[in-house]
Amino acid sequence: MLDRPAHLPMEEPRATFTGNRGLDQEEALIFESGRCDVSGVDVEEPPPVASRLGSHARKDPIGLPGLTEPEAMRHYVRLSRRNYSIDAGLYPLGSCTMKHNPRINEKMARLEGFADIHPLQPVSTVQGALELMETLADWLLTLTNMQAIALSPKAGAHGELCGMMAIKSAIAAKGEGETRKVVLIPQSAHGTNPATAALLGFSVRIVPAAADGTVRVAAVREALGADVAAIMLTNPNTCGLFERDIVEIAEAVHEAGAYFYCDGANFNAIAGVARPGDFGVDAMHINLHKTFSTPHGGGGPGAGPVVLSKRLAAFAPVPFIRRAGDRLTLVEDATGTQSFGRLAAFHGQMGMFVRALAYLVAHGGDGVAEASKDAVLAANYVRAGLRDVMTQPFGDRPCMHEVLFDDAWLKDTGVTTLDFAKAMIDEGYHPMTMYFPLVVHGAMLIEPTESESKASLDLFIATLRDLARSAREGDRARFDQAPYLAPRRRVDETLAARKPVLRWSPGE
Amino acid sequence: MRYHPLSDADRQTMLAAIGAADIEALYADAPPSTLLKAPLDLPPHRSEMEVERLLRRLAARNVPAGRVPFFVGAGAYRHHVPASVDHLIQRSEFLTSYTPYQPEISQGTLHYLFEFQTQVALLTGMEVANASMYDGSTATAEAVLMAHRLTKRRRALLSGGLHPHYAEVVRTISRLADDEVADMAPDPFGAEDLVAQIDDTLSCVVVQTPDVFGNLRDLTSLAEACHRHGALLVAVVTEAVSLGAITPPGAMGADIVVGEGQSIGNALNFGGPYVGLFATRHDYVRQMPGRLAGESVDADGRRSFVLTLSTREQHIRRDKATSNICTNSGLCALAFSIHLTLLGEAGLAKLARANHANAVALADMLETVAGVEILNKTFFNEFTLRVPGGAAALVEKLAAKGVLAGVPVSRLLPGAGLDDLLLVASTEMNTSEDRAAFVAALEETL
Repeated sequence: MLDRPAHLPMEEPRATFTGNRGLDQEEALIFESGRCDVSGVDVEEPPPVASRLGSHARKDPIGLPGLTEPEAMRHYVRLSRRNYSIDAGLYPLGSCTMKHNPRINEKMARLEGFADIHPLQPVSTVQGALELMETLADWLLTLTNMQAIALSPKAGAHGELCGMMAIKSAIAAKGEGETRKVVLIPQSAHGTNPATAALLGFSVRIVPAAADGTVRVAAVREALGADVAAIMLTNPNTCGLFERDIVEIAEAVHEAGAYFYCDGANFNAIAGVARPGDFGVDAMHINLHKTFSTPHGGGGPGAGPVVLSKRLAAFAPVPFIRRAGDRLTLVEDATGTQSFGRLAAFHGQMGMFVRALAYLVAHGGDGVAEASKDAVLAANYVRAGLRDVMTQPFGDRPCMHEVLFDDAWLKDTGVTTLDFAKAMIDEGYHPMTMYFPLVVHGAMLIEPTESESKASLDLFIATLRDLARSAREGDRARFDQAPYLAPRRRVDETLAARKPVLRWSPGE
Repeated sequence: MRYHPLSDADRQTMLAAIGAADIEALYADAPPSTLLKAPLDLPPHRSEMEVERLLRRLAARNVPAGRVPFFVGAGAYRHHVPASVDHLIQRSEFLTSYTPYQPEISQGTLHYLFEFQTQVALLTGMEVANASMYDGSTATAEAVLMAHRLTKRRRALLSGGLHPHYAEVVRTISRLADDEVADMAPDPFGAEDLVAQIDDTLSCVVVQTPDVFGNLRDLTSLAEACHRHGALLVAVVTEAVSLGAITPPGAMGADIVVGEGQSIGNALNFGGPYVGLFATRHDYVRQMPGRLAGESVDADGRRSFVLTLSTREQHIRRDKATSNICTNSGLCALAFSIHLTLLGEAGLAKLARANHANAVALADMLETVAGVEILNKTFFNEFTLRVPGGAAALVEKLAAKGVLAGVPVSRLLPGAGLDDLLLVASTEMNTSEDRAAFVAALEETL
């Protein structure tokens, strides 16, 4: 048994008969608590008819348990209480952007005029939905100063795929499909970038970052050649820095006949402050869930519309909206156009479009800019509050909406980035992003966002300072096998991967 | 701006602590030419009341399905969702949480994903399922890519009964990934001979049941033929409720089952967000795309759940990853799982029976209308009508009479010469009054 940290009560919690710990209640799997003959839904008795299922009628039981409505309520409410969420506390996940999710957005997305319309009902009966999509498109094009937009990508990585498909199509249209097979990607890129390029048959050429964490135009020039199709660059980058050479990089890429894909994951640092179209971007996805606060929902759904430059506009995927006077139509067939085709069934994440537009309208142009600036201010405030106790890999310089520390300051303490992050859980915080970007040893990427008050930031800074002091003073017990106070102690991830149990099985 | 807690005084104090003169100093790395000199031409911020007014105005310009007799399907279906489902998924701890990368404080999400995976595996008749995909169409494309990886072949055969949008998604990604696709012609009767097309170059055959025209398909002999030639059978299900009534693809030998889970727990939402289902055999797990929740123990030995097998994923393998996906449809998967938990096996079976019965009742009535013919020998809750004079025009005329009658095949397959075909779906939501209104409007129009 490990020593308990000095600041925690020394005794173990009293063992209980149920395994519950007061309000922290254990919960069985539905397969253990439910029964196949129980249902929490009264389905109306269907009319008597002669079956037309033929020989296809199901013969074997499925094995799906049911819970009554009160049992189901308790099951999911109890589960919910084992989750951290942005509504419960600061969620400083760098690169993931956990900001306030206004509930008016949820209410609007549930209006029957949006939630209860079918993607294939006549377009004459969905003019408001198309107008909403057109309005959202206008906002996004204005904020980015780009030419065209594809709304259908269903997540950021799907948007990357969309943008790179447009680039691949443009290259093929110029007859350079056989020669331009390389995509330049900085070392610090999101992992989806190389995966996307590889999926489309490109090979990846890594561009090293300079000592200051940014990509220099000289390094890009070095890597460019007649075989290069595109560069995939994130700006602001994953080290939380604005790429200083961005304009020159775009020029060099264009001069070499290649395209500039910008990973828009960090657009929330500059929305309303700078426009990607002004620094030479050809394609960029916008994570609506990050920048425009559609909730993350425990991992999704996302939405990743892609804005395109004039050079790529013609290759946008179907469907797209066309206006003829008062009437909006939907172009769903790529035949006879240069469109690269279709990315997903139907028209995209409408429910997310409603939320994003509600967010944009509530903020207005002024509020969007204010959000970006406050996010940047908050990140720099955290930087200022921690710079004397934690180390920054690229020196003490202004960051964008996220601030990056490394683990140099933990050297010889026996505490790792992982331990430090897990100890934050005992203090009531979700850990920051760890070990990303990969180019920084023991990276800790903190993104407070514009949603935090000064008092909230002050407490967060004070907490991290206290943890840093503990680590330095050798209070290993506070970190080893932390957390102590969460619904679960440290979970064995190695066991899960070595002996995968991915579903419940009868007789378990 | 009511969403931003900082006051101007806070901002000044914070800038002083940072040692920056103003906020512009923090953007000093950005080349001056890239920073906006004046605010963009966008409206100023609005009150909650104004936001609501604007969006309600837009919503009011649409005709919601619940206001009219409604028979539109073709890959998205209108079902009743119990109120408790939407209530539960709106709990902050589900709605506003992130990907469960920190298992100690994400057991809620991980626990329901583990249950979701089990439910999907049981429903499809497969061994394992992942924690969901974007939607059914993208899941289908990913299934094809997975079959390529498993067989080391790069040619897929698509059934003519596959939803045309799904086929287009597969074709798009295949063309751009330099893979091959063999297409069968549209197959309104469910009579195509896929077996004759199978050879040793195929990685997989992709077939849908019920197919887009509503026909139920027996996949047994097709699976055998695939396996004889070293190809995989990818089965697609766009109406998950059908699995409560018909033999699942897993029991007929499918190797990968993908599907659209919107039907269970999720609203129509004009096409998204939806939830992709993805299930396969144990042996193929390491080539499966997407996230997986697995069981483990914590330091105190208590059962715990955790995201696992991430070595397949992009943040570890980068350009060698199984796919570029880094999202699932967590909240939609939760809605699916809660709804299915409320139904249970008994409720799902009854729901499926109600769907089929309502569709049969409608078919019985439509067959009495002069000039109208039903093509299907079998169907679940959707079938294909042949109508005189073009389905697209008919649908518009019926819409003008307040009946949303279905999807003209020409909308999904323009130029295929199937202009007289209409896809009609009926679920438990349709009443006898709806059916009577449809038939009356049809008789009046034809």
